Amino acid sequence: MTTRSDLPGTYVFDGPSGRRGRPLNRMLQSLRTEGARADFRADEAAYCLRFELSAEQTTAVLERDWQAMLDLGGSIFYIYKLAMMDGRSMQYLGGVFTGMTEAEFTAAMAAGGRTDV
Amino acid sequence: MSEVIWGLGTSHVPSIGAAMDRDLTADPKWSPLFDGYAPAREWLAERTPDVAILVYNDHANGVDLDIVPTFAIGTAEQYRVADEGYGRRAVPDVTGDPDLSCHLLEHLVDDGFDLTVFSELDVDHGFTVPLSVWTPDPGDAWPCPVVPIMVNVIRYPQPSAARCYALGQAIGRALASYEGARTVGILGTGGMSHQLAGARAGFVNPEFDRMFLDAIADDPQRLTALHRDEYIRLAGSEGIELIMWLVMRGAMNARVRTVHTAYHVPASNTAAGLALLDNRSAP
Repeated sequence: MTTRSDLPGTYVFDGPSGRRGRPLNRMLQSLRTEGARADFRADEAAYCLRFELSAEQTTAVLERDWQAMLDLGGSIFYIYKLAMMDGRSMQYLGGVFTGMTEAEFTAAMAAGGRTDV
Repeated sequence: MSEVIWGLGTSHVPSIGAAMDRDLTADPKWSPLFDGYAPAREWLAERTPDVAILVYNDHANGVDLDIVPTFAIGTAEQYRVADEGYGRRAVPDVTGDPDLSCHLLEHLVDDGFDLTVFSELDVDHGFTVPLSVWTPDPGDAWPCPVVPIMVNVIRYPQPSAARCYALGQAIGRALASYEGARTVGILGTGGMSHQLAGARAGFVNPEFDRMFLDAIADDPQRLTALHRDEYIRLAGSEGIELIMWLVMRGAMNARVRTVHTAYHVPASNTAAGLALLDNRSAP
């Protein structure tokens, strides 16, 4: 996980992340169009191959391992495009990243957000 | 010369637009946020400028990570509303003002700000949600032409808060020599504190946000003094979007009058805030 030294639990999308995540983010960016989404759904692994994702990135995408996508250089704004395709919310992803259910995470936000982290 | 008559700082959370598009603004979950906007909207409705400048960032819709301009300006006659993956928002496309864009570009480059130029640009929620905060029912068109200024806040290193403020000051100087409009509104968007990814996802810092809402009017130097790492630490990895409010503030007078502020948690995973500043009636 890429963190600046004094920012635990925080991803900073910097140069190394950008280089590592480039194929993954380019693939995720492509999902903006309905045609691309149909191609992706038809054969996800082949679609990932087309964008030259690493084996680890492809596995993370196929298994919907959102945490691994972050660790492999995915930008949250790009990762979210795949989550939206799956009908997942940003609260669901927040729960994944923090070890909560979507309902727990949503409740934490409704209670004023996580002010103690 | 053109005169900046107001500045509007506002969050641009996509769910705020979605709540409006789905008629959920009276829903108990959303009504506190929209009630907070009401006084600002009433004031703004009586003060439509000839043209507006909107400072925002794209979220993987109009541009991608292959090319990341630190500062950019649109010069188009029209900006299409982007399809972010779930269809376009049912709001009007944006009419631009190429004359003002080219005037700003020339003066800003001469002033040391080498902006990237977009001749074509699809604008996403970062752009259309602030327009909706300003004008909830635009009908067929937004109240006036709008010029986009885009800032990189996604890829580290983002421009410094001080540089954003200086860009705003340069915009103010450029407007002073522009003859094509009498009145200008300027919007700074993004924030407030929030973080979407990592173990600190869901982070909100109301003390920082309250400080920011006060200081943006009366003590912007306090905000320009903060390093980007401080923004990320204090406001979250996406809360650094707040540096875009400083472009707006820089284009305004040293002293401004706060018309209205609003603050609400949460809009999705975000603290949402608004600050409306009057540039014409400082004490």
